[in-house]
Amino acid sequence: MIELAHVQILAAALFATGLYGVLARRSAVMILMSIELMLNAVNINLIGFAAFVDFGEAQRSLGQVLIVFVITIAAAELALALAIILRLYRNRSSVNVDGIDRMKW
Amino acid sequence: MITPSLALFYLAATLVMAGALGVVLTRNIVYAAFALLASLLGVAGVFLLMYAEFLALVQVLIYGGAVVIVALFSLMLTRIQDFERLTDHRQWPLAAVTAIGVFALLTAGILTTNVRTVERQSVGLDTMGETLFTTWAIPFEVASLVLLVALIGSIVLVRASGGRD
Repeated sequence: MIELAHVQILAAALFATGLYGVLARRSAVMILMSIELMLNAVNINLIGFAAFVDFGEAQRSLGQVLIVFVITIAAAELALALAIILRLYRNRSSVNVDGIDRMKW
Repeated sequence: MITPSLALFYLAATLVMAGALGVVLTRNIVYAAFALLASLLGVAGVFLLMYAEFLALVQVLIYGGAVVIVALFSLMLTRIQDFERLTDHRQWPLAAVTAIGVFALLTAGILTTNVRTVERQSVGLDTMGETLFTTWAIPFEVASLVLLVALIGSIVLVRASGGRD
């Protein structure tokens, strides 16, 4: 029997892994991949609640609709971020986020 | 008791977590991209187990098909050797402590919260489509506009601008 807690703990573990990636990695592409992991953790959480909680049909389908939106925004974010990274690479020949501090006050 | 569905869930969860750990731990960025692919396919498996077959399809198409391929392409347009030289941050133990702390906090919250659950069920594709195109039609159109703007914006950003790069 799958229970809601299983799904939630999987989502929490995936989120924590993505968080570690965002904090510990120095390559901008790696950070982007870790952000994708965190977004997927949110999606797992959403589908878990949509499937298990005692909701009406409208809320259940809302859970799935919300995931469609998250996936859409994630795709848009990834396209833009990769474009910015490519641009950065052309300008600085590096994707090390520690070196990108020109706008730091 | 281990039912077949629970065994499948553990299988999908193992795939998800192994892929995720591969993404955050490997030094080679191409391996990381393929580990990301494995993790995202595991998430599609979780969607299937929650009876959300449309989302599983979307996940495989968009993440497995598009996102990982785009990430690999961007790696190939730049020079991969430069990525391989990048090691982790000096402060990675701090990051590990933060991540474990967040996981412990979330798990504590999950295990102490009582949610009234039912046997897992899902709405059919027809109901979901109806909701998406009636109640959420305008947000859906806005989302498509956002996607269009983002994609055009990224094309403009990476376009070679006449040697004035």
